[in-house]
Amino acid sequence: MPRAKAKKEEPVEAGSDVDMEEAPTSHQPENTDDMSVDQDDNDEEEGFEEDEEDEEDDVQRVRLLPGSTPTAASFEFLNEGHTLGNALRYIIMKNPDVEFCAYAIPHPSEAKMNVRIQTFEGTTAIQALQKGLQDLQELCDIVTDKFIDARERYAATTSS
Amino acid sequence: MPHKPPTAEELERRKIVGINEETITDVSSTDYPGHYPGEDHSWDIEAFRRGFRIEFHKNDPFEASFSLIGIDASIANAFRRIMIADIPTLAIETVFINNNTSVIQDEVLSHRLGLIPFKGGHKGLHKFLKWWRRPSDESQVNNSYYDYNTVSLRLEVKCEHNEKAAPGETDPTKLYKHAHVYARDIEFCPVGRQSKYFSGDDAIAPVNPDILIAKLRPGQEISLSMHMHKGVGSDHAKFSPVATASYRLMPVIKIERPILGADAEKFARCFPRGVIALEKVTKKEAAQKGSGYEGHEGEFKAVVADPMRDTVSRECLRHEEFRGKVKLGRRRDHFIYLVESTGQWESDAIFLEAVAHLKKRAQDLEKQVINMVR
Repeated sequence: MPRAKAKKEEPVEAGSDVDMEEAPTSHQPENTDDMSVDQDDNDEEEGFEEDEEDEEDDVQRVRLLPGSTPTAASFEFLNEGHTLGNALRYIIMKNPDVEFCAYAIPHPSEAKMNVRIQTFEGTTAIQALQKGLQDLQELCDIVTDKFIDARERYAATTSS
Repeated sequence: MPHKPPTAEELERRKIVGINEETITDVSSTDYPGHYPGEDHSWDIEAFRRGFRIEFHKNDPFEASFSLIGIDASIANAFRRIMIADIPTLAIETVFINNNTSVIQDEVLSHRLGLIPFKGGHKGLHKFLKWWRRPSDESQVNNSYYDYNTVSLRLEVKCEHNEKAAPGETDPTKLYKHAHVYARDIEFCPVGRQSKYFSGDDAIAPVNPDILIAKLRPGQEISLSMHMHKGVGSDHAKFSPVATASYRLMPVIKIERPILGADAEKFARCFPRGVIALEKVTKKEAAQKGSGYEGHEGEFKAVVADPMRDTVSRECLRHEEFRGKVKLGRRRDHFIYLVESTGQWESDAIFLEAVAHLKKRAQDLEKQVINMVR
């Protein structure tokens, strides 16, 4: 019964063993620069999403988490969720230079999404992330083209 | 050992999620580099273009159905989630109640009003109207409403006795004037450039004018004005452009050994109508040794006619006589979407908008990543 055991141990751990290094990265103290990012983020949540053209938001939404090396890095995305997280994970995993890629939402009440990328020698995690985002855009173009084609073909068959 | 490229049969097998009586198999996709030794599964835009196709099954403004074939679940799911939660629509956000003497409470009435879907000129809705943001300084709220971010509506209804009603009339709608308040009673008050984008057929109006909002009795009155803003489904479901946007995987039914005669009829009844058809065993089939059809010429056999209509109920797996004769599954990369619009967008346009939205998100984040490195 591993569950019962864990429960017993909890009170002992509670006082002594809350080590900041072991806490999830999203709970680690952020430096002052990042605090300002957080505040801007709150402003954003009060309104709606970003505007299409007129107001380009300069808020930095992507951040490299501490402990990252060139070939093994964790990124934190603000205001992203499973929608982009899983799609991005898939397309980065399709990169043969990537050894490992996964995404997580550390806590549901924080609008944060983390992506972990580990690459083989010869490329960097940041390059892999960029390639993933570019591949995703190309994919969207093809889906749009094929969708419009299919819709026209369907309209031609039903109208005649 | 030199690596042999996978056969077409093997590639087909990899695409199938197996469905057994009580269990499922091969749930996750395996098309990643390094999964199969010696095979290259790296992302190739041209390979994707060749392997990907879309088929339409239905394309009505309020309901569209189409298949995306040759795409991963993570991407298909992103499109579905974006359609539900990230495509903006216009909905009633604020209600200013001047007078409400009806039996329905202010907050309940406001909530009902918020959920009414509205339509309007597409150019005005999608291009002209922008987000409304609550100003950080609360005292500036009244200076934040413009023709490009707020649409004004009014509802003024007063219930009175109808003098012309026949004596002994019991129907409240005939006995009283305005006993029922409908969505069509909501009046659009254009401001500024709104009359240019939202006039005539393009006016802001409820998609369904017959939605019942409240019931009144003589002497009762509803008098209120409303503000509509653009919003997204992740904020409130009333902003979602779809009633449902869902997909299911294409069912696969494989009859591995012949099912004949009365069994075939029973087999067809295990599925929704049209999935299984009955065909006569031909002379040629009956002559073929080892086919299982020997000596059954002219009898009915079960054939799969239209697997897309199947609900994958697994009913056929419960019967002893079909054991080992049929295999059920689903195609992992064939997504049958069903998109039902609430009326502000065309159903097919919602999907296109979702694809464009995902592209925009990736584009923005790419800029962010470049900015992060700098």
